Amino acid sequence: MSCLEVIADYSLRSIGIGERLLPRSDFTICQQVVLIGSGMLWNIYFGVLALFGGFFLATAVALGKASQIWWVRKFSEWFIFLFRGSPLFIQFFFAYFLFLNLKGAIPILAPFTAAWLGALVVLFLNTAAYSGEIFYGALLSIPKGDLEAADAYGFSGFLRFRKITWPTMLRLAWPAYTNEAIFLFHATTLVFFSGFPAFQQKGDALYYAKYFADKTFNPFVPYPILAGYFILLTLIVIGFFGLVNRRLNRHLPQDSRRKLRIRPNLIR
Amino acid sequence: MFSYCADPSTLEGLTWLSCYLTIGKQISFYLSFFTVLALLAITAPTALAFGFGGAMLARSRIGPLAVLGKGYIAIVRGVPDIAFFLFFVIALDQAFEYLRHKVKCPDWEEPIRQGNDFIVCQAAKLPLGNAPQWVHETYGFFLAVLTFAIVFGAFAANVLYGAMRAVPKAQLETAEAYGMSQRQTFWRILVPQMWVYALPGLSNLWMVLIKATPLLFLLGVEDIVYWARELGGTKSPRFTDYPHGDWRMWYFLVLLVFYLAFTKVSEVVLDRIMKRLTHGQATAGGEAQRKAAA
Repeated sequence: MSCLEVIADYSLRSIGIGERLLPRSDFTICQQVVLIGSGMLWNIYFGVLALFGGFFLATAVALGKASQIWWVRKFSEWFIFLFRGSPLFIQFFFAYFLFLNLKGAIPILAPFTAAWLGALVVLFLNTAAYSGEIFYGALLSIPKGDLEAADAYGFSGFLRFRKITWPTMLRLAWPAYTNEAIFLFHATTLVFFSGFPAFQQKGDALYYAKYFADKTFNPFVPYPILAGYFILLTLIVIGFFGLVNRRLNRHLPQDSRRKLRIRPNLIR
Repeated sequence: MFSYCADPSTLEGLTWLSCYLTIGKQISFYLSFFTVLALLAITAPTALAFGFGGAMLARSRIGPLAVLGKGYIAIVRGVPDIAFFLFFVIALDQAFEYLRHKVKCPDWEEPIRQGNDFIVCQAAKLPLGNAPQWVHETYGFFLAVLTFAIVFGAFAANVLYGAMRAVPKAQLETAEAYGMSQRQTFWRILVPQMWVYALPGLSNLWMVLIKATPLLFLLGVEDIVYWARELGGTKSPRFTDYPHGDWRMWYFLVLLVFYLAFTKVSEVVLDRIMKRLTHGQATAGGEAQRKAAA
């Protein structure tokens, strides 16, 4: 079987298109590269959607934590503590079994027990909590002068938030937020190891890497392939966030722009 | 456990629960919390040692050693850690068996990798095929500790490397001006001073380490996640005296609370240590303490 055939059969295997049976013996490098790459689709799916949704909730949570109203503040603090203080792995397990119980009571919630929705919800809430803390820190370090200047120019209410507070908060938070995005993509590998079943062996990159490692009893091929894919993904994330960073800082003089400092990868 | 537990089918309510919570398997579940604590207690110093070694390598003046140290830090940090956990457990196991194979069975002819099999001679098996169960479990735990130490060693190396560079240059130059050798400067001036700079990073790392402990489950150790899944699942009256439905959600809720409490306690303790260490230091934190007192 040539490599082109393998690509035709397996490049979309993780979303159920192509050959149904996974290779069972005589594994080639090509099969491993293609199938693990196919699994990356799930990692990208989880990462991109959770980050996108989480961004907005994180802004809300950060504002909530800085709020004057005590119950809003307490709620945001507890939300952040709950998701940052416990392991994501346990959160996945708990959420899966919670959804399983809810499904028994309310049948309409059945899709939540599948990884594509259930795990996405957990990742979304988790990244919202982590980014919310980052944004909160940035919110507190907005220079006093900027806000006073905004007041002097007659900005107030939502207009001040949209034109002054929010862009400055993002600008200050962006380097840390880039790291958060990288962690999140790494964290997506936990999904199929934590209760959420890989329906019809449609799993993510690590799921397939482990499949090959278990079958061949040789970890030295699939895991480096996985590592290569993730390093590539990390570089793409850094590139994209770098562009945004440039845009957020475009009004500043060249030498006072904040550089992105990449410190990837801490488990959550 | 209790005398009234003799016939569980007649019990109800709290008495039933008190009997249920003290059966043998539940006790194993409670003991597995100590497995987690033991892992933390052993891994934290080991990882710190790995980190110290890595940071020393990365600072080395000898080119290849510096590359080795920096490569160690960079590679482990760039890839999802869970992949490392899965990788190292097999890789380390095979590496040990391979080395023992080379030593113990030098006249073995066949290749070690035959297709999908990894075959070493009987004497090189780890643990030996006829070893008792507890040896297998201890060996698994030991592999897990080593894996954790390698991965977290890289993080710690990064923190310590940064801390070593944060110690003011003037301190080191003064030491050299007083005629101290490289080695003396390192051990007597640099190392004692770097801990203040390293502590925020290290305490962050400790938090992360706590949150990484459930991954023990993936390494095949019978930890709290294993028992929570095992005990929480639906139990039918045919196989147990204490039948119940699917309680896994509640078991994982207990784990969630355990981790939250553990994180909270660690936060408080680390805050105290930081306060103690910054006291009187010429840093922003120390200055703030001085002003607050005045």
